[in-house]
Amino acid sequence: MELSLACVPCGAKGRIIAHEAEGAIRQRLLDLGLIPPSQFELVRFAPLGDPIEVQVGTNNVVLRRSEALTVKVTLG
Amino acid sequence: MQAKTILLAGQQNAGKSTLFNMLTGARQHVANYPGVTVDKTSGVFHFDDVKYHITDLPGTYSLSSFSLEERVARNALREEQVDTVVNVVDAANLSRSLQLTLQLIELKRPMVLVLNMMDVAQKSGLTIDSERLSAMLGVPVVESIGRKGIGKASIAAAIANASQGKPDYAYPELEPEISDLIVCFEQAGIDSENNYRWLALRVLEGDTQVTEWLESLALADKVAEIVARATQKISGQLNDYFVTQRHQFVQMLCRDCIAEQGDQGSARSVSKKIDRIVLHPICAPLCLLATVFAIYQCSIVWGYELTNYTWPILATAREWVAALLPSAGFLHDPYTRSLGLWVVDSANTLLNYVPIFLILFALIAILEDSGYMARIAFICDRVLHRFGLHGQSTLPMILSGVFAGGCAVPGIMATKGIPDNRARMATILTVPFMNCLAKVPLYTLLVSTFFAEDKALMMFFISTITIISALLVAKLLTKTVLRGSETAPFVMELPRYNLPTVRSVLTRSIERTWTYVKKVGTIVVAVSTVIFVLLQFPGIDEQAEQRYQHRAEQSVAKFAKAVAKTPYASTLDEQSLPLLVNYFSDFKRAKLNASGVAASKVVNEKFAKLNSEFYTIVVPPKGDKAAKKAHRALRKLASERKKIRREMKEQQLQSSLLGSFGRAIEPVTQYAGFDWKINVALFSSFAARESSVATLGVLFQPDEDSSDKLENRLGESSDFNSQGELSAVALILFFALYPPCLATVMMIKVQTGQYRWMILSMALPTCLGFGVASAVYTIGTALAMSGVTAMATSYALALSLLLVVGLYRKKPRQSMESQASIG
Repeated sequence: MELSLACVPCGAKGRIIAHEAEGAIRQRLLDLGLIPPSQFELVRFAPLGDPIEVQVGTNNVVLRRSEALTVKVTLG
Repeated sequence: MQAKTILLAGQQNAGKSTLFNMLTGARQHVANYPGVTVDKTSGVFHFDDVKYHITDLPGTYSLSSFSLEERVARNALREEQVDTVVNVVDAANLSRSLQLTLQLIELKRPMVLVLNMMDVAQKSGLTIDSERLSAMLGVPVVESIGRKGIGKASIAAAIANASQGKPDYAYPELEPEISDLIVCFEQAGIDSENNYRWLALRVLEGDTQVTEWLESLALADKVAEIVARATQKISGQLNDYFVTQRHQFVQMLCRDCIAEQGDQGSARSVSKKIDRIVLHPICAPLCLLATVFAIYQCSIVWGYELTNYTWPILATAREWVAALLPSAGFLHDPYTRSLGLWVVDSANTLLNYVPIFLILFALIAILEDSGYMARIAFICDRVLHRFGLHGQSTLPMILSGVFAGGCAVPGIMATKGIPDNRARMATILTVPFMNCLAKVPLYTLLVSTFFAEDKALMMFFISTITIISALLVAKLLTKTVLRGSETAPFVMELPRYNLPTVRSVLTRSIERTWTYVKKVGTIVVAVSTVIFVLLQFPGIDEQAEQRYQHRAEQSVAKFAKAVAKTPYASTLDEQSLPLLVNYFSDFKRAKLNASGVAASKVVNEKFAKLNSEFYTIVVPPKGDKAAKKAHRALRKLASERKKIRREMKEQQLQSSLLGSFGRAIEPVTQYAGFDWKINVALFSSFAARESSVATLGVLFQPDEDSSDKLENRLGESSDFNSQGELSAVALILFFALYPPCLATVMMIKVQTGQYRWMILSMALPTCLGFGVASAVYTIGTALAMSGVTAMATSYALALSLLLVVGLYRKKPRQSMESQASIG
């Protein structure tokens, strides 16, 4: 099932499917390794719930929920 | 000697700067790229009789044209005539780093690949077959450990063998279109200096910079047609296709060249363990608070204690200068003397903070190098974002003195890293509200003078109310003038934790402190001279002058009468008397500065040697009645002189240009409880806030011989005391919101590139600060509040406003989140 990265619970693993963002955001997400169909793990939320930390390969990337909304993923 | 030029390219967190430092040592030069505010660091190093000129490009993840840094790096790579491009990569994170390497290879420049941080890679259980990697990429590959200074020789050797690289990857589905584009460029007669294939790839990627350039060559239609054909072939975006193709090739490289054996005890797993505590929902805020507190304790508290040891050095320097300058007259000092001492005093007030700066900058360098700074951004983003700022605004705020102590100039410089333009502007405009180190002396002075008992509480209010006001102003700006500015995503990497090296920390701490001292050396000294002139002229009128002269003559006559019957009468004439009085005051000051019995004895011996005859009067020997009598008369004369000089100075200040100005605006500033002296001090502190205490020091130090602490002088002074604590609170609040100093204002102009932001940065805080100060003083006086009550009330009001503003947006946000979870 396809869902947004912003809705993934803490500790869940899955695959990145597609990006809906355009331009700079999309480029930055790709640059930091969120390249479909990479595997990811949602490591943690920031103490106040936002931003979130995602591990992709050897990279640990943090992004706001508003940006995570544009990343489509599947779990498992 | 042979000379080569080199560009150093690499991603952020690849240890590029460390490698650059390792290669060039201290021989560096920082400038700006033409027309933009991106730092261009260049340096020189020698190896085996070859001279290398090396330029450090801004760290970028890729070579697209979305960010300023990327455009700068890309243009430098394309346009500068260089012998070699040295690509630094993080050996422990090759899969990400090689993405940029492939883009560099596409530029077809002679290239060398440096695998940096090999120690981290080895610890993580990675074995990299660099020969194989070199064969697959077609460029020389060398290993280095920048932190430990390993790899210089092999990098130099590899530069000699640099090659263009021929990666075994292509974009098979799009090769026909790429060829068509190349043909199209050839026909259009584009300079063959340009790399046709590279241009074609960028066009297909939809790169705005290249596309616009081609449009200017009237190629747009033809190109657009080919791009449209390509788009039809590929499902999804063209840009993604290129990234994916490169990614696949990188994956293949990694599979073939890297062997991995577990990652027990690796840097990454250590980082994971640390993050489990440091980013834990409950521990994170505690760790953050502990960090900020540690910074405060080490730099401000202990640093301040250190100044007790460094101050005597500065005092001694002042004595030397005082001895070099022409000696003081009985009533009038030569201008060279008073100006010289004025400048030294202003400079000393600032140099006194050097120990604090050294510690502060070292701690910040540790935070940056260790990787914790990025975590701070992660922790704070939620709060800061709500007020229109960015997680990365934390570093500029800490640099500017989020708690107490810092400098807005490096703070504003650090906003370069913020990708979100609106948040960056809001940060630049609010960072000067922080308590920079130059504000601290005035706070300390006022607090220890008026609130000695509630020192801790007042300092807490002061250090946090600035954050509250900065957040509120940031929100205000974001909702008004910055409304239309472009924003950018918060997407960043959390780097591994790294143990900072002593060398790197010391280098940066000393370099930044030196920048500060240079600022002191130029602007502050220059401005203090201007203020000196404004305070001296036009001087006192002739009538008053004669009155003072008459009084002086009277007191001299009294002295002469007293010593008439002693053997000293004959030796003390018109010429030697001023010398004796100066000798006496010099002696008194030297005794005051000398700490301990031994030092005091040394002073006695020195003065006895200097002039034995004067010495017997100044320190009359036991039983010498005549000397005792002369001593008593001398003391009277000296104190009379002091009094006359004080009154003279006071009158001179009042009638001076700056004094008249301060007086002229008194009718307005009285609502905030500022008298003309405070006005003068505040005005002069615009040049550099440090001057506020220096000017107050002079305003409340009418005689040049005093080394008494300013706290005592200020407390004793009748003008300030009559206004009391409320006026001090109003002054503190005004100073907290005070416009940025001259240097900061210049930096704001440089960083924003527009005068209107610079003007706004001055006008807004002035109005705001004066409004708040007036309100507090007027209302406080009406309600007969004590200083602490007034401060606490203002604080409570500001805090409630902050909470209201902070929580106001909660509803729409929650609904967005709930929508997200439904989606």
